[in-house]
Amino acid sequence: MIEVHDLSKRYGTTLAVDHLSFNVQVGRVTGFLGPNGAGKSSTMRMILGLDRPDGGSATIGGRPYRDLPQPLRVVGALLEARAVHSGRSAYNHLLVLAQSQGLPRRRVDEVIEMIGLTHVAGKRAGGFSLGMGQRLGIAAALLGDPELLVLDEPVNGLDPEGIRWIRNLMKRLAAEGRTVLVSSHLMNEMAVTADHLIVIGRGRLIADCPTAEFIERSSHKLVRVQGPDQARLQWAISGSGGQVAATDDGALAVSGLDAAHIGELAARHGLVLHELTPQLASLEEAFMELTSDSVEYGAQNQERRDRSMAAAPGEGAQR
Amino acid sequence: MTATTPDARSVTERGRSPSFAGLLRAEWTKLRSVRSTVWALVLLVVLTLGFAALFTALTVSQWSNTSETQQRQIVADPVGMILGAGFQFSQLAVCVLGVLVMTSEYSTGMIRSSLLAVPKRTPMLWAKCAVFSVVVFLVAVLAAFPSFFIGAAILRSKAPVALGDPGVARAVVGAGLYLAVLGLFALAIGAIVRHTAGAITGIIGFVLVLSPLTRLLPGSLGERVHAYLPSEAGQLITQARQGTDDLLSPWQGFAVFCLWTSVLLGIAAYLLKHRDA
Repeated sequence: MIEVHDLSKRYGTTLAVDHLSFNVQVGRVTGFLGPNGAGKSSTMRMILGLDRPDGGSATIGGRPYRDLPQPLRVVGALLEARAVHSGRSAYNHLLVLAQSQGLPRRRVDEVIEMIGLTHVAGKRAGGFSLGMGQRLGIAAALLGDPELLVLDEPVNGLDPEGIRWIRNLMKRLAAEGRTVLVSSHLMNEMAVTADHLIVIGRGRLIADCPTAEFIERSSHKLVRVQGPDQARLQWAISGSGGQVAATDDGALAVSGLDAAHIGELAARHGLVLHELTPQLASLEEAFMELTSDSVEYGAQNQERRDRSMAAAPGEGAQR
Repeated sequence: MTATTPDARSVTERGRSPSFAGLLRAEWTKLRSVRSTVWALVLLVVLTLGFAALFTALTVSQWSNTSETQQRQIVADPVGMILGAGFQFSQLAVCVLGVLVMTSEYSTGMIRSSLLAVPKRTPMLWAKCAVFSVVVFLVAVLAAFPSFFIGAAILRSKAPVALGDPGVARAVVGAGLYLAVLGLFALAIGAIVRHTAGAITGIIGFVLVLSPLTRLLPGSLGERVHAYLPSEAGQLITQARQGTDDLLSPWQGFAVFCLWTSVLLGIAAYLLKHRDA
């Protein structure tokens, strides 16, 4: 559906996108992941014909966006930056877009109702909250009933309610068989919504694989174990080839043995277990691991691992 | 494809293929749905009508205090007297509005939506030009005709003038033509500069500063350059009588103004097409 081939873009001396190639497959949610400044927005803007590539190409079903005769019927886009005249009402904003595509006025009413904008449709968009503004952006994206949606950081800055709304919407869109490309710098957000991941850093491709595989590949499996006799537990596990480390709250973090194995081991030794929890490394950790060499603003490795991706990655550089 | 869009049939059914007519409709909606447009056009009408009445009434009441040369000037060109003052203000309103029609797209981010809808970009610019110039022309002419009749009625005792007099009808319609092209001139500068303050400074420079500046050029060179300036050449069409020292006829002047405007629009279109939005 989207084919990005050898795409490059330079802003001044910065190479924002560096010979990037990937495909977005039809009928699933593809997460477009990378730290801030990795080139996600630039790539999306080139896919959408807003920026000109310095090299390579980005096409939609084989055609550049600029050659689509009724683009809003093929692609619905939500950009990170605001794209609404603040003095125009939500209704008129959507009407302008509908008229430009030859869509009937009735479609505007439909979308307004569907997105839940009815009570603010006549109000000037400049006065909208972030969440309402985002809804208006989504309404504009869905106006032409497109097969493909390109959403740039749709949950950025939203409150939990808004985030949940966007998540549910994306799930619904995917269930309807639409193709969604959604960018985020938040790994956990992608884990909830994306089937497939395209990970980039410094404008280059780092990974292009199913979300599950991405986590699997880059996580160290740990099992949390707790019992009244930690010392004997530790001895039994070590004796069977597991590595044991103590966690901060007194539990044992075991690697090298899976939970079933540890359970059987404990039974054999007649040891009581209070806890036996298999743990997947968090997506954030997997993400950090993969992108640690490509974070735009360099930071000490350890520091970065300690911090969640929600914090701005730029902070480390100032220390 | 049912859950979110139960009635998405309306998208395909009755779906006119997107046409230039659709773009014209979209640009008309853009223009009418923003307050600044409405206010600028209301201002244009009110000022044209108000100043026509005010200045002609003052002229009549002060007639005995007016010098003979001035009286002769007014009798020679009553249309300039009637429409002149309001026209100066209308110019300003049209310049600001023309700039804003384009720069507000950039300042609010609307340009991104506009270009996503019309990725070929230039059809959007041409539709904007068509809608805006027609609207300015109609509003200006609809203001100019009543102003003329009001002013002519007030002036009748001192300087009689009729629409059928030579050049008069052309001058009244010419006011609309000049303002329409001036609007496009401003729109082009707005599209090139992309920032409201910069673009308004630019157009004021063109219309207000450049003209007196070229007067400082020596001899016939200065005169020639002055005559071919966009605003100077363009305004000839709004005058019923030609000055004896005018280098261009009204229609020649208007053609020169149109040429200036098309060059700027050409640059604007090129930049719109090639710059990142």
